Amino acid sequence: MLNVTIDGQLLQVKEGTTILEACELVGAEIPTLCHLKHLAPEGSCRMCVVEVKGARDLKVSCATVCDEGMEVVTMNEKIHAWRRFIIEMLLADHHIDCFSCSDTGQCKLYQYALDYGIKEPRFQVEPRDWEKDETNRFFDYDPHKCILCRRCVRTCNDRQVNHTLNLTGRGIDTKVGMPFDELFIDSNCVSCGNCVSVCPTGALATKSSKDYRSWEVTKTRTTCSYCAVGCQMDLVVKKGKVVGVEPADGHSNKGLLCVKGKFAYKFIGHPDRLTTPLVRKDGVLQPVSWDEALDVVADNLQRIKAESGPDAIAGFSSSRTTNEDNYAFMKMMRGAIGTNSVDNCARV
Amino acid sequence: MAGLAITLGSGAMTNSVAEVVDADVIFLIGSNPTEAHPVMGAQIRQARQRGAKLIVADPRVIDLAKEAVVHLQLKPGTNIALLNGMMHTIITEGLMDKDYVENRTEGFDELWDVVKEYTPEKAAEICGIDPEDLKAAARLYASGKRAPIYYCLGVTEHSSGTAGVMSISNLALLCGNVGKYAAGVNPLRGQNNVQGACDMGAIPAMYSGYQKVSDPDIREKFSKAWGVELSAKPGLTSIEAMNGAAAGDVRAIYIMGENPMLSDPNMAHVEKSLKNLDFLVVQDIFLTETAELADVVLPATCFAEKEGTFTNTERRVQRVRKAVQGPGESREDWAILAEVMRRLGFDPGFSSSKEIMDEIARLTPSFGGISHERLDKEQVQWPCPSADHPGTPILHLGKFSRGERALFRPSPHIPSGELPDDEYPMLLSTGRLLYHYNTPTMTGKNEELMEIEGRSFIEINPSDAAKYGLEQGGRVKVASRRGEIETEARITQRVPEGVLYMPFHFADGAANILTSDAVDSISMTPEYKVCAVKVKKASYEDARVS
Repeated sequence: MLNVTIDGQLLQVKEGTTILEACELVGAEIPTLCHLKHLAPEGSCRMCVVEVKGARDLKVSCATVCDEGMEVVTMNEKIHAWRRFIIEMLLADHHIDCFSCSDTGQCKLYQYALDYGIKEPRFQVEPRDWEKDETNRFFDYDPHKCILCRRCVRTCNDRQVNHTLNLTGRGIDTKVGMPFDELFIDSNCVSCGNCVSVCPTGALATKSSKDYRSWEVTKTRTTCSYCAVGCQMDLVVKKGKVVGVEPADGHSNKGLLCVKGKFAYKFIGHPDRLTTPLVRKDGVLQPVSWDEALDVVADNLQRIKAESGPDAIAGFSSSRTTNEDNYAFMKMMRGAIGTNSVDNCARV
Repeated sequence: MAGLAITLGSGAMTNSVAEVVDADVIFLIGSNPTEAHPVMGAQIRQARQRGAKLIVADPRVIDLAKEAVVHLQLKPGTNIALLNGMMHTIITEGLMDKDYVENRTEGFDELWDVVKEYTPEKAAEICGIDPEDLKAAARLYASGKRAPIYYCLGVTEHSSGTAGVMSISNLALLCGNVGKYAAGVNPLRGQNNVQGACDMGAIPAMYSGYQKVSDPDIREKFSKAWGVELSAKPGLTSIEAMNGAAAGDVRAIYIMGENPMLSDPNMAHVEKSLKNLDFLVVQDIFLTETAELADVVLPATCFAEKEGTFTNTERRVQRVRKAVQGPGESREDWAILAEVMRRLGFDPGFSSSKEIMDEIARLTPSFGGISHERLDKEQVQWPCPSADHPGTPILHLGKFSRGERALFRPSPHIPSGELPDDEYPMLLSTGRLLYHYNTPTMTGKNEELMEIEGRSFIEINPSDAAKYGLEQGGRVKVASRRGEIETEARITQRVPEGVLYMPFHFADGAANILTSDAVDSISMTPEYKVCAVKVKKASYEDARVS
């Protein structure tokens, strides 16, 4: 263990702990743009700079590990000026349309500009003639809002390991893109959406995110209902409707999702959903009350059980629904009906 | 999953998903995770990028096959021959973990009795691969310090599925790879909660937690808790129940959240069976093909509209939470079932999802320490017998669920139930696409996904396509002994000569009109992965009629 002081507060950390991680332990807030859990430290945005006593320059806290006896200051005039200057440089090359940008309310650049007292951009770069790439079916890319933090590039290459995104161009013309300026639709992109989930601005944004703002929604942590990896995710809900999905840091997914988990949620509130019990009358399924439907079910099950015994009834439970539902189903078949003929589609 | 229960004592995945990034050799057999389990696929790629070496055994050139050190492009239905051949190499070249085999296993002599027949040359001939590749794969697997095996329905969906699973277990045990970190025998379960459905006793022979119906003490325990006499008579599996319905012995079926009309093999048989029933109840979220045949349809809520838990492939029990209201009068599945129970004169004994989990914990030793309250703080892996137990990320550490020793249970190569012949010369295999999920009840409601892949197709090797005069994207008729469908030809090197591959998602050109009803005699899993078919170009007249 190492002894470290952060803003005068003494603490012990394991060897290999970064200054940023140590700051988190004592609740000292450090702004970050390129840093992301599960990715190797990047240290490129420089927003997380702090002062280390005895060091010549400010240190990038996400990529500097703690030393024995280190004394760290997380905010002073110099740090403030540095961070403010970084934001001003980023804003110089940023298409500012916060009124209509879908990321407004959760954009990190917007938040830090506010935090560091920036009222308008100090510098201005001539805008490039870059075009938006709106060819992916689920999300859009606007290079004019990109801050080159490389979160998307690193996620695509080191976490999804699909090697679609990279940086193209040089100097002021650098942007996130694909070889030969390919469009998303022509690339090997599998639409996992993980690049979108990690974008700190509105550069990569789902098409559906235009329909809501962060303050209009609630988020509910749940488990994905597609394959058996069991990814953790947040359902984003506006006015009783699921409008998006964001990955959460679960044991088995560590912040990743796939195209189904991220984007295939439209079945939830789909107009084709069953909304009322149906009973077949004169050969046609017709809407009835719950009472009537449940009576028809119970009467027929009882009749068949009386005529042919409980084993003339079988039940197929579901590998799609919850443990509790499955247990209840098994209890109904064995306890209430009296047969062991209960199965699920594990086999099919 | 009966195979692992016999050899190791538990049918579940031995290790945890995230461990894969620390593996040094990964053996993937009958599994295409970048499409079927994409986030697992991504982590396998992370491992490979960190230096892990990949062995892929798959009839198709799946994406991960391109990143493999060895790709064993075996004929569908020859997994056991391959595994036996690999074990032959490992044993004869002295690459096995002798200490482990001596101290932690039994049945090695019986294993050798079977495996000794499978020289690499003989095994490779059955599989249609190069014996040098087989030997290279065996040596590489045996060299791994942390060498997990991942398998999926490409192993189990065969008439020899259970024997295939036990052969995988044999290989892992031979190299001492069970009961340690970043190793093990890892079935990637198909559906989100297939692990949980089995854990909860939605299988004929077991109550929750794999407690046997045939055990009088267990029956007595549940009988007492539920206040009712319980039947000791063995129940029917879904395939047996379908056959019973066709024969008239089964008169009523209650189906919750399943669509056997599209998902079961041999659709014509399923339709006939369901139509032959006196009474069919379907409880679902959409009016599925199966629901359309029902006498009563009950509207249920989906995962976003209910409280509960799913158990993922690594045995981790995780919370499902209500984010929105269900549409119309839809109700939670358990609540509907509770009402039915009451009307049958049986007290369900619970009034919320949380209370059901409390009952599960009371009656199920492996879930003893699990409750919604605890899961809101930490998501544990069963077995978790008590509130202070941390859960079990790795099974069989130090001791097997089966006892002190694991069992080798060898099998000879078993040919598939139906193989190509003169009349039906091609072998058809089926599987899942990245953009869909089983019957597209859910994914089909997303127009973007349907734009990417919205229709049935069949993959065919260029030389076969030339033989039958098929064009890229042209219509093709595919027929088996059970039926005929028309679909679109996708000419690709992904499949070898003589093998066709079709996704099973789509109702237009539904693969399961063709599939065989051969089943594994132990697990009763249908043989979706192999059936014999013939193909011909669909004529202009055919196209006009359809």
